Amino acid sequence: MANNEIIKLKNISISFDEEKIIDNMNLYIRDKEFITFLGPSGCGKTTTLRIIAGFLQPDSGEVIFDGKVINDVPPHKRQLNTIFQRYALFPHLNVYENIAFGLRLQKTSEKEIKETVTEMLSLVNLKGFERRNISSLSGGQQQRVAIARALAVKPKILLLDEPLGALDLKLRKDMQVELKNIQKRLGITFIYVTHDQEEALSMSDTIVVMNGGKIQQIGTPLDIYNEPKNAFVADFIGESNIIEGVMRADFWVEMAGNKFKCLDKGFGVDEEVDVVVRPEDVDIVKAEDGMISGKVTSITFKGVHYEIIVEIKGFKWMIQSTDYQEVGSTIGLVIEPDAIHIMKKSEYSGLYGDYSSFSEEFDELSDATVYEDDEE
Amino acid sequence: MGKKSTLLSRVIGAPYILWAVLFIIVPIGMVAYYAFTDATGAFTFDNMLEIGKYTDTFLLSIWLGLLATVISLVIAYPLAYIIANSGENRQKIMMMLIMLPMWMNFLLRTYSWMTILEDNGFLTTTLNSVLEGAYVILDEAVKILGGGLKKPFEPIHLINTRGAVVLGMVYNFLPYMILPIYTVILKMDRSLIEAAQDLGCNKVQVFKNITIPLSLPGVVSGFTMVFVPSVSTFYISQKLGGTGTTLIGDIIETQFQTANNFHLGASLSFVLMILIFICLAVMNKFSDDDGEVII
Repeated sequence: MANNEIIKLKNISISFDEEKIIDNMNLYIRDKEFITFLGPSGCGKTTTLRIIAGFLQPDSGEVIFDGKVINDVPPHKRQLNTIFQRYALFPHLNVYENIAFGLRLQKTSEKEIKETVTEMLSLVNLKGFERRNISSLSGGQQQRVAIARALAVKPKILLLDEPLGALDLKLRKDMQVELKNIQKRLGITFIYVTHDQEEALSMSDTIVVMNGGKIQQIGTPLDIYNEPKNAFVADFIGESNIIEGVMRADFWVEMAGNKFKCLDKGFGVDEEVDVVVRPEDVDIVKAEDGMISGKVTSITFKGVHYEIIVEIKGFKWMIQSTDYQEVGSTIGLVIEPDAIHIMKKSEYSGLYGDYSSFSEEFDELSDATVYEDDEE
Repeated sequence: MGKKSTLLSRVIGAPYILWAVLFIIVPIGMVAYYAFTDATGAFTFDNMLEIGKYTDTFLLSIWLGLLATVISLVIAYPLAYIIANSGENRQKIMMMLIMLPMWMNFLLRTYSWMTILEDNGFLTTTLNSVLEGAYVILDEAVKILGGGLKKPFEPIHLINTRGAVVLGMVYNFLPYMILPIYTVILKMDRSLIEAAQDLGCNKVQVFKNITIPLSLPGVVSGFTMVFVPSVSTFYISQKLGGTGTTLIGDIIETQFQTANNFHLGASLSFVLMILIFICLAVMNKFSDDDGEVII
């Protein structure tokens, strides 16, 4: 394992204006993996990326690349390249010269430059764009040129800072697949930064969930989704109902006034815990057949399924179901043991996972702020 | 922003159009009219033919103007670069210091240079005594070697030289070179510089490959703003250049003020305008090409 590490961050801390942005971070990144830093704005994910790239110096701690401390190595001498949020293509150069930029600095021969540029352009599906001006390209095309430019110098690691943020949804999905393919084909390490959990889940080998300058959880997409470590992770990745519960015994949790069988053990008897139930894992039955029952307070059509808000003992649950339920009707819920995930109490307990303040507009509003803050 | 001009936009735009017509189009028309007529108002090319006499003056004006512009550029570019890259407070102070002299009257500023540069002025006397001292030492040294300097020491003159004229131009118009370059460097996308570093540029290479090409528009407008007033100045050359340095601006002024030959004055102005226009067109062409060609 150890010789497979390409980047290691050791006790990294950094502050801006007295405010701690990264707090004693430790992380290793394996060679050839697709790792994603995921978190809301201000969580320190872009800062971490900039520290790895060399644009920022950590206040304390070590950045280790291939076993060597590179804290004092300037960006232009690091064997890694960055895709910037706004692409940062050189407006005074055409597509060919943008991609050739790094190669020219390496004093590569003109013939080799031509070969590499052609190869890179075909890699990003932009054959024949050599002589085009940057300003004449669409956002998606600029993005591809940025990728080609960074890959032309054959970096060991590619850093991507919210590279798809400015693209529309459809294009973003296409680029996700394409980026993943490029990563597999070239077999180099991708360090990807995003606040989009779906993007992170669909592309990554490893996800690092960050908040408040700290790593909340590291794991595969499946781990992170199925076994969130705390209420923050559970809420940030996908939709979750996070209910306060008490472990009565191994495999038995009490919540919402009822006892449920679960697959978790190792908690103290009568230990208070947070219980995560994903909206898609709940079955709706007749009121009298349910383990718990409640009144439907709203229903929203989402295309694939309905999003149903059910109030049970003052707590609003979100259930995803393909069946329509009348608002005001009482329904029963069945929760299977494997649909229940128990988490230890954390600083985030009670902050997330209740859908009582949930509304569409609110969701969009908070998304928009995430976006703006990230632009800085 | 509709493409069709609404009534409102036309009403709001009217004063500016009127202004432009009254104070830009009409005067240029009048210059052209005077340039191609004689005292009786008849059409003639005589004024234009007479200009041939002033070819040397034209060349001298353009040469000194060019020199002043290039010197301004050499001073302004590094300064603008340093200011644009310093902290916010320092930027404010430095820009203030550059703007401050511009709040004082242009004539007054030129006049004060006259006092500084005159033969009995502090600068000239100090410089001359230093030079004379050096001369004496050199003379002694040569004598020891068995020779002797042929010429006796001659004190230098600063005032009434071409150098003084160029100095006056640079001093007066330098802020017009600094400002556009400063603005364009300040507004440059920082991530472009980071991208260049990322791809392997050290600081010098970033400057050469990114900063210089991207700041060319500022250089071009600074060039224009210094070159045009330098070429056509008459006050600076009168006060600092003495009788030896007569520029085209001086000739034009004489035609209007003392010789009372509006027609010759207008034709000189007209030709000067065209020459400046050609110079700037060439300059713009160069900068466009530089934008395309790399390194």
